[in-house]
Order: sequence, then structure tokens, then C-alpha cells
Amino acid sequence: MIITQKLKDNGIISQVRSRFEAYNFLFVELVKRDFNKKYKRTVLGIVWSLLNPLLHLLILMLVFSQFFERDMPHFLIHVFAGIKVYQYFNEATNAGMSSLMGNAGIISKIKAPKYLFLLSKNVSSFITFMLTMGIFFIFVALEGIPFSPRFFLLIYPVITLTLLNIGVGLILSALFVFFKDIQYLYAIFLRLVFFTSAIFWPVESLSPLMQQLFLLNPIFAHIHYFRLVVVHGLTPSLNVHLILVLYPIVALLLGMLIYKKYNSRFIYHM
Amino acid sequence: MAVILEAKNVSIRYVIGNYKDIGFKDYVIQKLRGEYKLQEFWAVKNVSFQISDGDFLGIIGKNGAGKSTLLKAVSGIIRPTRGSLSAKKSVTALLELGVGFDGDMTVRENIFLRGAILGYTRAFMNAAYDGIIEFSELQEFVDRPLKQLSSGMKGRLAFSIACLVKPEILILDEVLAAGDASFRKKSEAKMTEILNSGVSTIFVSHSLGSIKKLCNKVLWMHKGEQMAFGETEEICNMYTQFIEDGN
Repeated sequence: MIITQKLKDNGIISQVRSRFEAYNFLFVELVKRDFNKKYKRTVLGIVWSLLNPLLHLLILMLVFSQFFERDMPHFLIHVFAGIKVYQYFNEATNAGMSSLMGNAGIISKIKAPKYLFLLSKNVSSFITFMLTMGIFFIFVALEGIPFSPRFFLLIYPVITLTLLNIGVGLILSALFVFFKDIQYLYAIFLRLVFFTSAIFWPVESLSPLMQQLFLLNPIFAHIHYFRLVVVHGLTPSLNVHLILVLYPIVALLLGMLIYKKYNSRFIYHM
Repeated sequence: MAVILEAKNVSIRYVIGNYKDIGFKDYVIQKLRGEYKLQEFWAVKNVSFQISDGDFLGIIGKNGAGKSTLLKAVSGIIRPTRGSLSAKKSVTALLELGVGFDGDMTVRENIFLRGAILGYTRAFMNAAYDGIIEFSELQEFVDRPLKQLSSGMKGRLAFSIACLVKPEILILDEVLAAGDASFRKKSEAKMTEILNSGVSTIFVSHSLGSIKKLCNKVLWMHKGEQMAFGETEEICNMYTQFIEDGN
């Protein structure tokens, strides 16, 4: 009945599988806990987390529609796409950052892969994001943008963004174990990301070179993809696809490297 | 009998100092000034022991002897800095009863979460659930948030989940018992049943009485070092002598 530590070495695949089976139950229970805690098991809890991007949207619309609306098609959708991508990144990486320290009590008492605690937080954030996506498409319909099969392309940036969140979460959660002030530095960093993501203004007003440079911001790159598909009805180029997948690969590799190196040291700091 | 767990020259180093409280900024400044220093502290030094099928190993020693650290290494929570630990069977550690409990979740949810943390399977927990509720006498509270329970009730719940273990190698930090007088009696009986089932056990205790009663081997540690490892009677006598000599 007890399944810990029964990981004999009979091939990588069966090893991965038995590892997955051994911790599947724990993972599911952690996801349930994180999700319930986040929404306090109320319908209102979920409503609040959906209202958050909507209120944010409202403020930006009130303030900036004066300046930009006349020159831009579907300004509302333009801003909404920006906000929800940014907020997903913001929420998932912040939750990821505290995932190890928040579970220090458990981690220092049992043997389990530490990334489970991070992944479980990411599942919660992902669910919120998908709910926001639903609202987004309601707004898209209200704006009179016809549904196009091209919208299924959006699965691609959702996947790369989710992987990016996990990768950044790996890095941040490890750093946070060692340096508690990383959360303040990260808050400032997020501010920078916010203002360089062109959430409420059109990047088209810049020179072509500047527009290319903005793609260096992974969040803008994802927002850009959403806008190309939904607002402009275009299929993004192969280059955009490559850029989008590059960021999560770098973040995941770096994150895994840090975990591999410092995994056994985390516990001394908890 | 076959050796099922072997520790060879296990040493565990902790890093101490003010590193826990410094932030990234302080770290960079101290690094630049060359003031950043870590002090090392060997919590466990060169400990070796073996246990075979059915053995009952007691670990004795004063506070700060490194007993709990050693148990954490045996359970796989921390990795020995030096030396090796090899277990041929699965190790189950009951180090603290209430780990992983969450006040905002219901009793039912906590049972499953705690079961998952202890490494039980879902099927096992589904089958065991009614027994846990019955043993802990918390039938009326299953859908209440855990924070509404008294600490005695929480203790009862924690014990009832933990005592389900059917371990191959069991690790215990003191004999576990919980709750009021009547539950304490019931839980002690349950614990004795597990311990008498012949499972190989490693057991830390400050009570020489329980050590003598339960263990057939004893490891004595002092300030991280292994003072002796061997037969219970002999080592307990040495330890008693050592304490009486004013150490």
C-alpha cells in the first residue's frame, strides 16, 4: 500500500511512469487544496477573480480610450487581450514564487518532488485564465468580430505562455527560498513588463525597428500573437511562433538547472 | 537475517549563520565586501548502523545530538552530505502528526490530503476513510473546516490517519499518542499493535523505559557523533552511566 521509494531502476519510461503514479494522488489533492483556498469554495470567489481583469480593463478603457480609440479598430479587444495575458503571467509567477516556501511545513517533513507544489499552483492559475478566456470571447462576439477557425491557433500561445509561467515559477521559487526580498524586486520587474507590453496603446505607432525590439518582452510577444489573430484576423508568421516557444524553453531549462543544483539545499533554508 | 537498511559513515552538514535573514541586496553587498561567510555545522558525524528484517532500533541521546536530523536523512527528506544510506524496502516516516493539515479545508478533505502526503494510494484511502472517521470519533465533524476543531480533536484525527500505516520500515519520533485519557489509551494500544507486528522500526525516544521495552538494538548519539551502537542492555547502561557522570 505504501508506494514511496519504490522506484527501482527498470528503464527510464517505467521509472517516469511509476513516479507519476506514486505522486499522482498527492498532486491531485494539492491542486484541490490550492484551488479551494484561492476561491474560498464560493461562487463569489470565482466571480471576484474574473472581475479582477474586467475592472482593470474598465479603468484602462476609461483613461485611455480618449487618446487611442479613434485610431484603432476594436480597442476594447486590443486592451483585453493585453490585460489577460499579462495578468495570467503576473498571477501564475507570483503564486509560483511562494509555492516552495508556502509549503515549507510539508516539504521539510516528507519526501516528494518539490516541483509538484509549483505545478499545483500553476494549475489553479491556468483554470482562472481559461475562465477569463471564455469572457474574452464573449467580448469578441459583442464587438462584432466573427468567429474564425483561425482562433484555434490561440491554443499555441496558451501552451507556450503556460510553460513560460512554469519556467519562471521554477526560477523564482528557488530564488525566493534563498532571498526573501526577491518578491519586491520582482514586483518592480513586473511593472517594467507591464509598461513594455503595450497593453493600452498601439505598438503600430512606433518605428518598425522598435516594434521588433518589443518582441524581446515575452509577454508582449504573446499579447501580439493574440491581437494578430483576433483583432487583425491574421495568421502569425513562423518567426513569431519560434520566438514564442524560445522563451519557455530558456526559462524551463534555467529553472530545471537551478532545481537540479540546489534541490537538496532548499531544505536548509526552510 | 538480511540487512534491509544500512547507513555507512553518514555525515550531515548544516550551514548556519545569518544567511537566512539576508536578502538579495545584503547578499550582493556582503559578497562585494568579502564579508559573506557561512559557518558549517555538522549535525551528524560519521554514523554507521545496520538494521535487518524485524529489528527494532532505538536512537538515544540528549537534545541536539542529531537524532532527528539522522531520521530525516533515513526517510529521504535530506541527503547526507557524506556517506551513504541504502534501504532495500520502503521507508515510512511519521515524524510529525499534523503535517500538511490545512485549517480552511474540511475534515474530509484533510484526511485525503494527509493520506496523500503520507504516500498512501487513493484506493487505499477510499477504503480506509470510514475507519479513520470511526477511530477518531469525528463523525459529526466531517464537513466542518478543520480550524473549528479543538486541538485535541485534531490530534485524534492526525493519529487515526497515521496509524493506518502498513510500513516495511517505520520511522518514529517518540511513541505517538494523542487526545484525552480515553483516546490516549486507545491510541497507545493501536501503536503497540503496529510495533508488535514485527515491522522493522527506527525509533527516537528520551524514555529509556520504552527503549528497553521495545528495542533490540540501540544507537547512542552525542553532539552528532556516534557514541555506540549495539545491544540494548549494554548501551542503555553505558548511557545511564554517562548521564550520571554529569554529562
